[in-house]
Amino acid sequence: MNEIFDVAIIGGGPAGLSAGIYSSRAKLKTVILNSGSFGGQVVLTDEVANYPGVEQTKGFNLAAVMKKQAKDFGCKLIGNIEITEYHLNDEIKKIVLSDGREIKARGVIFATGGRPRLLGVEGENEFRGRGISFCATCDGDFFTGKEVVVVGGGNSALEEAISLTKFATKVTIVHQFDHFQAFPAVIDEAKKTPKLNFIMESRIVKFLGSEKLEAVEIEHITSGTRHIFKTDGVFIFIGYIPNTEDLKGILPLNDRGEIIVDSDMFTGIPGVYAAGDSIAKKYRQITTAVAEGTIASLSLAEYIKSKVKIFEDEKNLVVG
Amino acid sequence: MLRTSLHEIETSEELKKLQEENENLMVCCGRMGPMCIPVYDIMEELEEEYPHVKFAVMAFDNPEAAIIRNDPACRGFMGLPFTMYYKNGKTVKATTSIQNRQQITSILNEYFQK
Repeated sequence: MNEIFDVAIIGGGPAGLSAGIYSSRAKLKTVILNSGSFGGQVVLTDEVANYPGVEQTKGFNLAAVMKKQAKDFGCKLIGNIEITEYHLNDEIKKIVLSDGREIKARGVIFATGGRPRLLGVEGENEFRGRGISFCATCDGDFFTGKEVVVVGGGNSALEEAISLTKFATKVTIVHQFDHFQAFPAVIDEAKKTPKLNFIMESRIVKFLGSEKLEAVEIEHITSGTRHIFKTDGVFIFIGYIPNTEDLKGILPLNDRGEIIVDSDMFTGIPGVYAAGDSIAKKYRQITTAVAEGTIASLSLAEYIKSKVKIFEDEKNLVVG
Repeated sequence: MLRTSLHEIETSEELKKLQEENENLMVCCGRMGPMCIPVYDIMEELEEEYPHVKFAVMAFDNPEAAIIRNDPACRGFMGLPFTMYYKNGKTVKATTSIQNRQQITSILNEYFQK
C-alpha cells in the first residue's frame, strides 16, 4: 500500500469512529484499522438510554450508525487485522500488518479500547459459552427458569443482573467488596428487585461442571471460608482492561497500562494522539469516548495543518 | 431475518440440500446481536479467501433451526451464536458464543483443507 493517509486510527469503537467521522469530514484522508469487528465494547451494551439526542437504542445499532457515518464521509475501514509493528517517530508514521501490508500516515490516533476483564480462575475458559457469559442480552434467555450468578458491583453488573431477572428464577450477585461502586439509583433499583440476592466480600475461585457449568466455588474474602454454590450460569461484569499490551515501550503508559495523554489527547510523540477507554481517565462512557475521539481528531488536524504550513514556508524560502 | 450479505437458510430441508451440494459448509446460527454480528462480519470477509467453503447463516429463532439447536454437537451450548462446520454432510465441529477470526480460520484450515 503506497498511498499516504493523513490520519490512521487504530481501533474502531466509539472513540475511533468519532475521530474517523471528524477527520474524514475535514477532508483528511483517513483509515481506521481494527483488530475485530467495528463498534468496540458498545456492541455489548443492551440498551443505551443516556446518549444525548438518542432516546433509547441498542448498543450495536448505535455502533452501526457510527460506522456508516465514518464510511459515508469517505473514511476507509479495514477490519480483522493484526498489527505487528509501529514506527511513530518519523514525520510519516508506518504501521505494519501481519500480512505484510504497510499503512503510512502523517498522524496516528490510538483508540484501542478495552476488553472485559476475566476472573482468571480454573474452569473459566472451559465453560465459556457453556454457562459462562459476558452478555446478558445475547444469552439471557438460555437461563429462563434457571438460577444464575452475576459477578461484579459496578453499573454494568447491577443493570445486567436486573435485566436477567426477566429470565432467571433467582439471580445472585457475588461482589468482592462490602459495597457497590454503581450509581446510587442503580443500587436502589437492584435492592428493590425481588429475585436479586447478594453475596458480598466474596469471589469465585473455581468453576465446576462436566458438560456444562453446574456450580461455582465461592470464597469469603475476609474469613477465607469456601463453599460450593450450585448455579446454571455465571455472567461476568468486572470491568475492562485496556488493549495496550502491544504498545509498551512505544507509547507512554501508566502502571495500569493506560495511555497517558494531555487535554488535547496528545501522547507526547509528535503527530500521535490517543482517545477512548485505552487512555488514563476516570470515567468510561460512550459520550466521553466520543468526545475524546473528537478532540484527538481536531488536535491532529491542527498538527497536520501546521506541518503543511512549515512545508509551504520552506518551499517559499527556497523559491524566494 | 438476519441482515447479512451471506446466504440465509430458511428451512431444515434447505440446510440438508446445502450439505449435499457442498463438501465444506460453515453455518452460523444466531441473532442480530453483539456476539453474533462479529462472526457474520468475519464470514463475509472469508468468503473470498475460502472459495471452496460455502458460508451461510440461519436465524436462531427460526423453528426450522431446531436441526442445529438439537445437533448432539451443540449439547451444553448456552451462548450465541452456534457455529456449525459440516464436511460431506457430517458435523465435524461446532462452537458456541463469539469467535474471532483466528479461531474461525484455524477450524477452517484444520477441517476444510483446499
